[in-house]
Amino acid sequence: MSLPASALAAIWLTLELASLTTVLLLLIGTPIAWWLARTRSRLKGVVGAVVALPLVLPPTVIGFYLLVAMGPHGPVGRLTEALGLGVLPFTFAGLVVGSVFYSLPFVVQPLHNAFEAIGERPLEVAATLRAGPWDSFFSVVLPLARPGFVTASILGFAHTVGEFGVVLMLGGNIPGKTRTVSVQIFDHVEAMEYAQAHWLAGGMLLFSFVVLLALYSSRRMRPGLG
Amino acid sequence: MKRSLSRLTAVLGATLLAFAAHAAEVRVAVAANFAVPLKEIAARFETDTGHKLVAAFGPTGGLYTQVKNGAPFEVFLSADDSTPARLEREGEAVAGSRFTYAIGKLVLWSATAGYVDDKGEVLKKNAFRHLSIGNPKTAPYGLAATQVLDKLGLAEAVKSKLVEGTNITQAYQFVASGNAELGFVALSQVYKDGRITGGSAWIVPVALYEPIRQDAVILARGRSNAAAAAFLEYLKGPKAAAVIKAYGYDH
Repeated sequence: MSLPASALAAIWLTLELASLTTVLLLLIGTPIAWWLARTRSRLKGVVGAVVALPLVLPPTVIGFYLLVAMGPHGPVGRLTEALGLGVLPFTFAGLVVGSVFYSLPFVVQPLHNAFEAIGERPLEVAATLRAGPWDSFFSVVLPLARPGFVTASILGFAHTVGEFGVVLMLGGNIPGKTRTVSVQIFDHVEAMEYAQAHWLAGGMLLFSFVVLLALYSSRRMRPGLG
Repeated sequence: MKRSLSRLTAVLGATLLAFAAHAAEVRVAVAANFAVPLKEIAARFETDTGHKLVAAFGPTGGLYTQVKNGAPFEVFLSADDSTPARLEREGEAVAGSRFTYAIGKLVLWSATAGYVDDKGEVLKKNAFRHLSIGNPKTAPYGLAATQVLDKLGLAEAVKSKLVEGTNITQAYQFVASGNAELGFVALSQVYKDGRITGGSAWIVPVALYEPIRQDAVILARGRSNAAAAAFLEYLKGPKAAAVIKAYGYDH
């Protein structure tokens, strides 16, 4: 049996969303994690707590506040409208913003752990060899923290693929734009189309298992950082 | 001490038994669009009969799936007439208990005053960014909305502007939050005691869509529950009818 076009569109959209979100999260998450690992600031606790919020909050809360904040009467919505971007709900960009926030802890926390595990010593050595801060970050920290980056990327990607509540509340279920696999499954179940629901849901289960298997196998082979 | 304790237990037990015999509990699964009127009817039903009503709200399709998979509901108030009929065919509902408790009306609504005119010309002008509807596959009001768009010949013109809520509650929420300028929602969501409660609206002529018959049925689990039968009788009665009409349904 070949998958219908609507399923393929949803799968493609989900992969696009997860890839873009992961790239953005690595760019945003790396400086945050680095700062959290090195700082002695009193704000460390606050920032750490804000980053971890999506772990605790139900997606309905995040989705609801994002919908209100990004809507035409909300602060973010007013800003995006003033910039001529329109409002973000019901758009792919809106889903990306929601996903970045929702998956943030899954990327920041492994990176934070990896950076902390490196410790002061390698950086001090690099400094005595006259490496500047940028040089030592790229030549010393990045290679040492590689397993942390692998974990962060896999978790960020997989968690975005598995996202449901935020997409449901922000998306408006538009084919090819905001109808991801998880929402499509929900739709099938609601419409009592159990056969189609099984195909997609089974696929998700298999995908998630393979991703986690890869993650945990790689951890077993390379103990230590990450 | 011991004797008084056992006497207390006996009295407590007897009271509980007596209470259980007269006042039972009925668990009702309710389609999202009927949530608000149901709460009002439930309060009156509890006062008038002494029975207790526990309600769960959700989309009709979702509630159907839950019933099929053993959810402990005893009465089902659907947003359509086909799902209760299907449950009856499948032996999940008590045959002959089915009846139409409300006929829903569709309204084109905007949270902004003056945005929607009383003839729905705003649809033809097509100057909005998003038009919110319930998912036509799962929400009867969503299906009715697509019928209206078809009849008006606007289906193609607005296709790229449609956003779907999983049920009519979410379709309403998209409009209420201003993210969609307007949307097709249930009249019951924006209507109380003979008038629209806020924003602007066009009550869609019933000729433009198939009637939205909302049927109630006693589920197999409620077969021998006196409170379930009592609630369905109450729902047919004049007190419930008054509430149902006040929210803009036909009874």
